[in-house]
Amino acid sequence: MLYTALLTLLSHWKRHPGQFVMLALGLALATALWSGVQAINAEARAAYDRAAATLGQDQLSRLERADGQPIDLADYIALRAAGYLVSPVILGDIRGPDGHLRILGVDPLTTPAEAQGPTLDGTFNLAAFFTHPGLLLVSQDTANGALPNDLPPLQITDNIPPATAITDISTAARLLGQENPSYLLVAANQPHNLPPITQATTLTLRAPQSTSDIARLTDSFHLNLSAFGFLSFGVGLFIVHAAIGLAFEQRRAMVRTLRALGTPLRTILMALSLELAVIALIAGTIGVALGYLIAAALMPGVAGTLRGLYGAEIEGILRFNPSWAISGLLITFLGTAAAAIQVMIRTARMPLLAPAMPRAWAQASGRMIRLQAYAALALFALAALLALVGQGLIAAFACLAALLIGAALGLPALMTGALSLIRPKGAFAEWVVADTRQQIPGLSLALMALLLALAANIGVSTMVGSFRHTFLGWLDQRLTSELYVTAPSSAEAAALMQILAPDVDAILPIVSAEMRLFDRPAEIFGVLDHPTYRQAWPLLSAAPNAWDQLATGDAVLVNEQLSRRENLRVGDIIDIADGLPIVGIYSDYGNPNGQAITSLSHFLETFPNILPHRFAIRITPEEAPALATRLRDEFGLPPNAVTNQAQVKAFSIAVFEQTFRVTGALNILTLGVAGIALLTSLLTLANLRLPQLAPIWAIGTSRATLAGLEMARSLALATLTFLLALPVGLALAWVLLTLVNVEAFGWRLPMRVFPTDWLSLFALALLAAGLAALGPTLRLARMPPARLTQVFAQER
Amino acid sequence: MSDPLLDLRDIRKTFPSDTGAVRVLDGVSLQLNAGETLALTGESGSGKSTLLHLSGGLDQPDSGQVVLEGQDIATLDDSARALVRRQRVGLIFQQFNLVPSLNVGANIALQARLAGRHDADFTATLAARLGLSDMLTRYPEQLSGGQQQRVAIARALAPRPALILADEPTGNLDEETGDSVLTLLLDLVSETGAGLLLVTHSPRLADRLSRRAHLSRGQLEV
Repeated sequence: MLYTALLTLLSHWKRHPGQFVMLALGLALATALWSGVQAINAEARAAYDRAAATLGQDQLSRLERADGQPIDLADYIALRAAGYLVSPVILGDIRGPDGHLRILGVDPLTTPAEAQGPTLDGTFNLAAFFTHPGLLLVSQDTANGALPNDLPPLQITDNIPPATAITDISTAARLLGQENPSYLLVAANQPHNLPPITQATTLTLRAPQSTSDIARLTDSFHLNLSAFGFLSFGVGLFIVHAAIGLAFEQRRAMVRTLRALGTPLRTILMALSLELAVIALIAGTIGVALGYLIAAALMPGVAGTLRGLYGAEIEGILRFNPSWAISGLLITFLGTAAAAIQVMIRTARMPLLAPAMPRAWAQASGRMIRLQAYAALALFALAALLALVGQGLIAAFACLAALLIGAALGLPALMTGALSLIRPKGAFAEWVVADTRQQIPGLSLALMALLLALAANIGVSTMVGSFRHTFLGWLDQRLTSELYVTAPSSAEAAALMQILAPDVDAILPIVSAEMRLFDRPAEIFGVLDHPTYRQAWPLLSAAPNAWDQLATGDAVLVNEQLSRRENLRVGDIIDIADGLPIVGIYSDYGNPNGQAITSLSHFLETFPNILPHRFAIRITPEEAPALATRLRDEFGLPPNAVTNQAQVKAFSIAVFEQTFRVTGALNILTLGVAGIALLTSLLTLANLRLPQLAPIWAIGTSRATLAGLEMARSLALATLTFLLALPVGLALAWVLLTLVNVEAFGWRLPMRVFPTDWLSLFALALLAAGLAALGPTLRLARMPPARLTQVFAQER
Repeated sequence: MSDPLLDLRDIRKTFPSDTGAVRVLDGVSLQLNAGETLALTGESGSGKSTLLHLSGGLDQPDSGQVVLEGQDIATLDDSARALVRRQRVGLIFQQFNLVPSLNVGANIALQARLAGRHDADFTATLAARLGLSDMLTRYPEQLSGGQQQRVAIARALAPRPALILADEPTGNLDEETGDSVLTLLLDLVSETGAGLLLVTHSPRLADRLSRRAHLSRGQLEV
């Protein structure tokens, strides 16, 4: 019996293949966007885990100095002499004009067994590893990428994170110009007769890191992606809901007949569930495959984004991971169940002998619209509350969700209200307005999807636009020098500076050191006291005479990220050297880490081993090209070692654009999904509306007029939806800029609006609505009269 | 004398309305024997269709008994009444109520399959008797009203039910087609030995059945 009932239900799709395609497409698209995002996140997290596990960092404790500076060799030797099993590691980055490489220098003779090293094959040359010029073990991807110049020979090896090279500690010391170990790896099992290692040294013992700093830093980015994926999934489910609703409406009589012929309700519900499960399996599988393709296409962009925003190195390729494929299928089933639950309840409650009620599923009652409006108001209140008192990224996203869902739920009431304000003149106009009002419940789900997609688009593009505008202005302030030069070494840099000094207005050394502040990675810069900084550096807040105080070497500036994260204000003391007061806070967009600036003299006192080999040159702009040529020709600097301001800006802007490319792609995909949702709903209504249109046709309105009216109505509803999406999108942008960005990235941006972007989005919305309405409209215009007269013949 | 096939005992049924409860059936008692054909007539709103629905277990009375082959089906739950309909009742509606996505052959076999009593030979014989053999692969929308009603009759008879309930089966057909459809229905009912309860407005059609009962204001005038 179940089999027969199932076959009977399934026969519907055989007769309506287009509807089946629409349902499967909606479900597949929803799954694709969700699982694509999950695939990207899974791949990135796996890369972080691999990086965190390099040399057993996820299993081994390490000893380091509290200020993050290299360890004195004497401390290391003392620990070894006392019998402790510790192994030195030198860690640092080599930056070249074309790329950078993280160098990890290890001492293979003392490395603990738990620090599983790279996989070595028969081609590994042990002698070359230990002797000059050394050997760098890198992954194939790293070897294929842009690398700094003058590196030792490379050996391709598995299990090494991207943009990282493992080498002997002596090679690392030479390449990085650093003799002392960055930290000491501590073997898990120490000799029993020794006291705990913390009693034998003043160094700080750090527990194994199961999660890397990068993984923590990028959490917000992945949460952002997940939120977008979820939004797309939600929009996709509108399609599924509409398609299942249509199928239910069309099969209402079939279900009644089946029941009249003695099929128990339970059997019908079971058959419906089985049918949906089969569809979910088919569409989910297609969706996961599509998701894989989308993720593979977006992966290079994501890698670029993560590199640009966080300095996180992941490979731009995607590996198939069964876990996200399974989770993708699982969410397809859950989504299908969520989209179908209303239909299942209606089927279960449908009385066997109730009179036929065409479009009953689509006609939400006035009470339902009122309830939705109340729910919308409650959600808006919740969003406001979260915006005012909520803390943390989750609260910020909850605020976004409340805002978006509230707007979607309030849409039917707002639309009905707007239509009730229209006072038409004439019988036909009255019918048009009344008929449009009657369409709203049926179209509301699709219009909600369109509203969400448009609002997300307005919100995200306003955020990106505001960011771009602020970022460009900020770049102008930060990149005031005419030329930027990278010398091969600090010695050559010093020589160059001496030679150039008479010919230029100023030479500003660029010198920095990595350190830990508040137990997180941070960077400290030393700057020369010069009008370049005093006049242009973008300070958000400052003490009086901040630059004078900085020049004395007894003060620091900190970036906005550090200030917000650690709740630091001007006048607070920060733990650098013996403690320095903060005299200013500056904006530092695009940098995920905390940063501080001190005077050059103070920097060189604190970090005597770090000498500048990069510098900025002030010169009259007209003379800059000639000087650049001279530097390359006379001093033999490689072309990329000398860059002008425009090049650096272009590079920074390229990184910026790359950063938001993924967001833009997801934005467009979501709008596309909303367009399909609208199409599905219009097709649904087109099939169900004949009984309403046929009488109007019969009393003297041509099919062409009715078709034109349908098109005009779709465009009008899209216009109304756009107008309502505008304030929602702007509110969304405000939340993104004021709450999400601050929580996720640590900086706050002024909001700017871009009305010309709205116009192009409006045109896009009209295009989507027009395309969606085109098919049903043409069908109506060409419908044979016999099909319309059939309505009267079959009227019950 | 053997027990009647269908024994309706003091049936009462009301429906709620905006102006209060409307009593549709007020103490109706009626019997139908196997092989007997009974026409149920009455003006619109007299309760004919309601009585038919109660007889087939599609609905339940407020009070009274609906005894089918010795079993009171009015007291059964939804699943049990579904089983009764599947196994023992054949339904023919004025609107035909065919499944539009199944072809004629599948529509005819539908109830028999649901009941687990599908007999391909018998179904083929029914189709042949009803002049449907050449149309088995067509879909309902490709058939005329008379053809659709013949499919509905075949579907109702295919599981060999004890009771056939027909609600204005010729109401949507012209007089000539309606006559021929009724002739076929009566012939087949007679051959299968089932009981037929047929609701009609037409006294002319009612005269062709073996017995006639008239409902007026919820009460029976035999």
